[in-house]
Amino acid sequence: MRLLAALALALAFAAPAVAAQRASLPDIEDEVMCVECGTVLSVSSSPVAQQERAFIREQIAAGKDKAQIKAALVDEYGEEILAKPEADGFNAALWVVPIVLVVLAAGAILLAIRRWRATAGGETFEPELPPELSDEDARRLDAELQR
Amino acid sequence: MRIFWPVTIAAAALVGLLAYGLVAKHSDTTLDDAVAKGKRPDAPVSALPYLQKTGNGSLADYKGKVVVLNVWASWCDPCREEVPLLQKTHDAIEAKGGVVLGLDTQDASNNAIDFLAEHKATFPSLRDRDRSYGREFGVTGYPETFLIDRKGRVAALQRMPVTHRWLDQHLPKLLAEQA
Repeated sequence: MRLLAALALALAFAAPAVAAQRASLPDIEDEVMCVECGTVLSVSSSPVAQQERAFIREQIAAGKDKAQIKAALVDEYGEEILAKPEADGFNAALWVVPIVLVVLAAGAILLAIRRWRATAGGETFEPELPPELSDEDARRLDAELQR
Repeated sequence: MRIFWPVTIAAAALVGLLAYGLVAKHSDTTLDDAVAKGKRPDAPVSALPYLQKTGNGSLADYKGKVVVLNVWASWCDPCREEVPLLQKTHDAIEAKGGVVLGLDTQDASNNAIDFLAEHKATFPSLRDRDRSYGREFGVTGYPETFLIDRKGRVAALQRMPVTHRWLDQHLPKLLAEQA
């Protein structure tokens, strides 16, 4: 019980500390794009990437948090600057379509397995026997085997 | 085999997405082809915010004028070299019913305003923050310039910095035309 109380107390003090944590350039630049080069900002050194970094530094210096800085970037450069688009409106399709595809594929595989099992369980597979030998062939075979 | 229809639909959707991606990435040369054949397609019109003042503007506001529509950004070095010629052109054509209209694209607005002030550029500029308007002109780089006639049609275009010679080749004829 004491341990739980201590943990709760520690969490209560830690939460505001995390919330108050300042935004940093490395933390933001891997979540936004270089708008002209089409790569993540952290790996670009083009002139527009340098301008974007300077803009982020200015926002950090103005005391804005990560969410505010990302919103300011969208205001300046448009939504395409976000490496991970917001999950609303048409953008929701970017998140929903892959999930739907995976669910459909998993469902199809499941159905296929169930059908295959049902088919395999209801039937007994017997090897197909060759046609019976004629009397003439049987005699010849016996003769050959007795040699 | 009927159970595989979800897989078929999923595969078709995936192929569709890939095809869309390829088409979307492909640069649009429709405008270039039309202008090269001597046609004058209607210029796309869209209301965009002004860079240096409040309110929106569009090519529709300049109908009856010859517009030198220049796509630029403050971080673009060729744009920096080009802007004195554009300002000179703006000064020269203003009295003849012409205007240079900038289209500041994918740029931080404060940097863009500083850029114009630094070059003493007074021509108006609209802000196309995500190049959505520029894409309607097939813009793929910076700077690009489109000459719009008095009827709001694209008469010439340059997918690289403009030169005095190129402007002299097209502007006098366009300025001489009636609205």
